[in-house]
Amino acid sequence: MSRMSTADAIRATGERALIGYLPVGFPDLATSIEAAVAIAEAGCTAIELGVPYSDPAMDGPVIQTATQAVLDRGFRLEELFEAIEAITARTSVPVLVMTYWNPVLRHGVDRFAERLAAAGGAGLITPDLTPENAAEWLAAAERHGLDRIFLAAPSSSDARLDAAIEASRGFVYTVSTMGTTGARTDVDRAARALSERIAERAAATGGEALRCVGLGISTPEQVRDVLEYADGAIVGSALVRALDEGGVPAVRALAASLAEGTLAPTERKGATA
Amino acid sequence: MTERQSKLREQHGPWFGEFGGVFMPEPLMAAIDELAACYDECKRDPEFQAEFAALSRGYTGRPSMLTEAKRLSEIAGARILLKREDLNHTGSHKINNVLGQALVARRLGKTRLIAETGAGQHGVATATAAALFGMECVVYMGEVDTERQALNVARMRLLGAQVVPVKTGSRTLKDAINEGLRDWVANVESTHYLMGTVAGPHPFPEMVRDFHRAIGEEAREQTIALTGALPDAVLACVGGGSNAMGIFHAFLDDPGVRLIGLEAAGDGASTERHALSIERGAPGLLHGMRTYLLQDDDGQTLESHSISAGLDYPGVGPEHAWLHDLGRAEYQPVSDAEAMDAFLALTRAEGIIPAIESAHAIAGAMRLAAESPGSTLLVSLSGRGDKDVATAGRWFGLLDEEAKQA
Repeated sequence: MSRMSTADAIRATGERALIGYLPVGFPDLATSIEAAVAIAEAGCTAIELGVPYSDPAMDGPVIQTATQAVLDRGFRLEELFEAIEAITARTSVPVLVMTYWNPVLRHGVDRFAERLAAAGGAGLITPDLTPENAAEWLAAAERHGLDRIFLAAPSSSDARLDAAIEASRGFVYTVSTMGTTGARTDVDRAARALSERIAERAAATGGEALRCVGLGISTPEQVRDVLEYADGAIVGSALVRALDEGGVPAVRALAASLAEGTLAPTERKGATA
Repeated sequence: MTERQSKLREQHGPWFGEFGGVFMPEPLMAAIDELAACYDECKRDPEFQAEFAALSRGYTGRPSMLTEAKRLSEIAGARILLKREDLNHTGSHKINNVLGQALVARRLGKTRLIAETGAGQHGVATATAAALFGMECVVYMGEVDTERQALNVARMRLLGAQVVPVKTGSRTLKDAINEGLRDWVANVESTHYLMGTVAGPHPFPEMVRDFHRAIGEEAREQTIALTGALPDAVLACVGGGSNAMGIFHAFLDDPGVRLIGLEAAGDGASTERHALSIERGAPGLLHGMRTYLLQDDDGQTLESHSISAGLDYPGVGPEHAWLHDLGRAEYQPVSDAEAMDAFLALTRAEGIIPAIESAHAIAGAMRLAAESPGSTLLVSLSGRGDKDVATAGRWFGLLDEEAKQA
């Protein structure tokens, strides 16, 4: 199936993207595939598949509990490639993989990239791989036509932002707050300032950077707020909790509700001019 | 040869050969850069060094003694010298690093210290420094370890620290580090993460080593003063490897001195329940560094096993990984049973109860003595065994029925 790049998919929404995160294999492989397809059908612009990992220093309690359960039942990395193939056979949205770096390193960076591309995956989000350590991955991504998404944080220096913008393809993962993943009642003001800084830095170097904000987004209202200043909103823990508590129907319903938040003000039901 | 070897002591981070580096999430990079820059200043600042030296003298009790273990030497058949880090304030070498980092934290304007701990020694040391410096303190400790080191949990609380039992993953040291890192991400403005060993991202491996360097510098002089020569070998236990790096460092450029790190072999080197990161691990990433670690084919970190909570870690400091690959240091396994035999041997021969961690080094020395009779062996006695009395009591069947219930 021919599919759009992550950046094109975001642009096709008018820079009002919704990206949904789910861990591979949670609660089991078949259900995780169904859930990913369901959130794509419900309006997610792209899917972010998380690879369960033994030492997830950036994950909050909801995702940690879910991925630990997957590891406890004997998760194997093969399930990731299997899931991507199954999901991309049924939906045309880009499927990104969010992974800590050691599983990729152990598999072999080029081999991982080759298999990811062969399975139909769009690219990688790498929470603990920063651009200065990414030479091998960037070369492999280039060879296999994969997107690479690096993080930018409120505390990142201008020089570090420049490096993240330069190295990223797809979008820049804009960390909304100084914390691990997990739904927060109030997305930090820092996200807006960071998103604006990234846009300025990109413009200063004559480029453009799509910005998707993640960590702490769980409601359609928050999605709407974020899209005032960013090109996409990333939702993780809230979807994982819905899947855990209500299965595929619940995660589909939540994704549909979050997608309401992506509608431009004029498209919204009952919107006043 | 001489030229290259003269450089071993001068090696500094972020890279030790292909080991070390900084593999951390972007939200922590600014804090890590700031810490590295601050530590570079501290290294060159005579005032900082003077303050650290004054604390080491007046608070820790440095220099620590060198004790010739005469009765144990007779039993073993070699001359065994003990570097007495167990006599430091708080009972282990850990206080050296903690005081150094507390000074760095104060210079950075941080008011809150967080730490991970396995056996509780580093947590106790951090809680102590927090009390001394008037800082807030939170210690993350695997739930399994809070159970086997209940006394140290109470000590930390007495000192005013909050102890958080970590219930994720294997519920031991490595998971305590993950939880500490999560706290640091969320509170980085006020908080210094006080890493307790020569592991983690740069500048920790270099900085922690430097704060422990006095162990080897003193021991080298003391050994020469006592025996008129360098020792034939220096032995220390290795979990993350901070006491070992501290005592090895002064000898790195003495090619005639064997450096031997003792890793915890748990149930035995031929079993799957061990903590032999170097001997049985493969290079990979853990806690922000590239090093040898126990991992499966998918790059998932494996659980380590040891009777000693302080050695129960599936990775090792990157400078050890480098020294291993260079062939400058050797790493050998010591099982739980061998360590406990050595624990009892030292206790009965010298009236010194070692930490079970340090008993691994004693066991290594007893073994080497049998291979090289008459040699001089310098052993890092990194901590005292008060915290291990309950474990040892159970191991040797010394507890009355009532105490077993407790």
